[in-house]
Amino acid sequence: MAITTMTKPASLPLDLAKRYGIWILAAAVMIVLPKIFTSGAALTTMCLMGIMIVFSLSYNMLLGQTGMLSFGHAVYYGLGGFLAVHAMNTIAADRLPIPLPLLPLAGGAMGLLFGIIFGAVSTRRAGTVFAMISLGLGELIASLSLILRGFFGGEEGITANRTKMLTLFGVRFGPQIEVYYLIAAWCFVCIIAMFAFTRTPLGRMCNAVRENPERAEFVGYSTQMVRFIAFCIAGFFAGIAGGLAAINFELMNAVNISGAQSGVVLLMAYIGGVGHFFGPIMGAVLVTLLQVMLSDITGAWMLYFGLIFIMMVMFAPGGMAGLIMLHLPLWQRGTLLRVLPHYAVMAVPCAMGLAGLVLLIEAAHHQLVKAASDGPAMKLAGFAFASNAAPPWIVAAALLGAGLWLGRRWAPRLTAAFAEAAR
Amino acid sequence: MLELVIFSTLNGVLYGMLLFLLASGLTLIFSMMGVLNFAHASFYMLGAYFGFQLSQWLNFWTALIVAPVLVGLIGAGVERWGLRTVHKWGHVAELLFTFGLAFVIEELVQMVWGKLPVDYRVPPLLDFPAFELFGTTYPAFRMFMLLISVAIFLVLLMVLTRSRIGLIIQAALSHPNMVAMLGHNVPKVFMLVFGCGCGLAAIAGVIAGPALVTQPSMAHVLGPILFVVVVFGGLGSLPGAFIASLLIGLIQTFAIAINYSLGDALASLGMARPLQGVLSDLWQVTVAQIGPVVPYLMLVLILVFRPTGLMGTRES
Repeated sequence: MAITTMTKPASLPLDLAKRYGIWILAAAVMIVLPKIFTSGAALTTMCLMGIMIVFSLSYNMLLGQTGMLSFGHAVYYGLGGFLAVHAMNTIAADRLPIPLPLLPLAGGAMGLLFGIIFGAVSTRRAGTVFAMISLGLGELIASLSLILRGFFGGEEGITANRTKMLTLFGVRFGPQIEVYYLIAAWCFVCIIAMFAFTRTPLGRMCNAVRENPERAEFVGYSTQMVRFIAFCIAGFFAGIAGGLAAINFELMNAVNISGAQSGVVLLMAYIGGVGHFFGPIMGAVLVTLLQVMLSDITGAWMLYFGLIFIMMVMFAPGGMAGLIMLHLPLWQRGTLLRVLPHYAVMAVPCAMGLAGLVLLIEAAHHQLVKAASDGPAMKLAGFAFASNAAPPWIVAAALLGAGLWLGRRWAPRLTAAFAEAAR
Repeated sequence: MLELVIFSTLNGVLYGMLLFLLASGLTLIFSMMGVLNFAHASFYMLGAYFGFQLSQWLNFWTALIVAPVLVGLIGAGVERWGLRTVHKWGHVAELLFTFGLAFVIEELVQMVWGKLPVDYRVPPLLDFPAFELFGTTYPAFRMFMLLISVAIFLVLLMVLTRSRIGLIIQAALSHPNMVAMLGHNVPKVFMLVFGCGCGLAAIAGVIAGPALVTQPSMAHVLGPILFVVVVFGGLGSLPGAFIASLLIGLIQTFAIAINYSLGDALASLGMARPLQGVLSDLWQVTVAQIGPVVPYLMLVLILVFRPTGLMGTRES
């Protein structure tokens, strides 16, 4: 890169655009989004997305970058959030001259502090032992959150009021749109910071520790130290995400620090793809969107969520980002068009199987959960039928069976075509 | 005091034996396949719900036989068509697969049986007090649970130490590659062990269902404790799992009975409470409240100071 800029100075602006274009584009998208999706629900969803992007990226610093599978990352998110809520209340009560936009830093500091404390005990080992310690610590703090009511507020949690703080330039952060821009700004800064971290020598060493800890030791690095530092930084960013959540919801409760929250961030990062930096961003956006949209459409949305996750683990361990990057070489070689017809063919059994599965789940959900109160009549995608009659079940089973059978039959052809195009 | 000690010991041993029914399967699966099965407690829950449903349709005794078989078959299916596909992506993917499976099973159970606890009752034949001690009665069903779990423990011991398949499993615990080299169909042994492990968990579910509460969160509550048992005892060590099961069973049962706080301890020593403010709750927390936290504390401590666990020989 450096050589090209020196020999061809004329291409410097182009080079800069290539280098920073994606960031400028990202900032522009973040600024413009609320002008396009103006509804209150969309704004709330986008705020949540921003928080979750920071959270899942911080998680990926452990899982994707350093190869540490954590089942207790919500601890740092939750503790950061709780400290931010307490800080908000203290600042409002004592009229301290601290503006709201700086508050996520308090959350980050809390995340960092506990990252240091818990990291010191848990990062001495990698692999399964680390995963189990993180699970133990996660459950420990989650159980404590119900016992120490003074700090965690028990089941109902701790509330705060973000508008009661020092106002700068007349912005009081009352309306959601102002909070959105605050979250977007923090999210943008955090994404850049975390991306920059992956480019530092330390960030590269994290990858080395993930890939081959023995050789990393031979090069002269302490793998434990590298894991520890990565863990602390991940805790810091998780704390920032928690602080943003505290500002957004003005409430923190035991759910935010529970094992379920740790599970959600794992799902996000994995569905998005842990192998690439932008994977967890995609995962956070998609999973948040699914949470909001699917829960409106169907009562069985958690089930779909779990099934999507299992499918991803079974067939696409690289996540969505992995799937996209798989096609990049074909795109660069211009052979992507040759594979597309095969995808079109495969889409038929996939659509059949999916339709069968959805019909099966929806009919079962209606029959088991809703039929007792609302009666067996139900509607799905414009079709009206009764969930206690045989036809929908037969159709669902037939669609699912045919989809699976055809899919298995035709899959080798797609694989062959893909291999041909990639060669 | 004596009354408390006797009843807590009985309940603790009972809870410990139930834990061991689950932990034995989990540790066998882990040592052979290297998979920490997150869904193991979900199979226990499935056992409880199947037991409930079958005892509604037929009776408890049929359920006790049929439910574990059904769950075992489901487990074998999961291994054959799920885990085996994921195996090529490595251990993290396998772990995540079982994590997702636990999620899906919980959702399915909620869908089929609802979010509220089901009315899973003790069979009428065993619905009487077994004995009375210091004016407190002890239910016969609990004695039955103890009996069943001890019986299964003995059967398991016999199968593992006396039968041919038991020898292969034992060999696969310590030297999985060597067993494969000797020409044993290791995938088939895996499927068998996974299915049997799930079946054992289901037996625990069927007998624990009426005594504890049968509800969709039961897997979620027990799952982490199960990991504590397996890791504390030492991954891949059955004797370790047995000791850890009893230990955790007893600790949890005794902790619930003790209503004594750190503040009381300080007061009896004649000292003031140093911390005030948001952390002042620390002094009012009783041992009973701390009870559920103790296993996790034990887990973290043993992993920090002895990562191989109580009797284990390997770390992962």
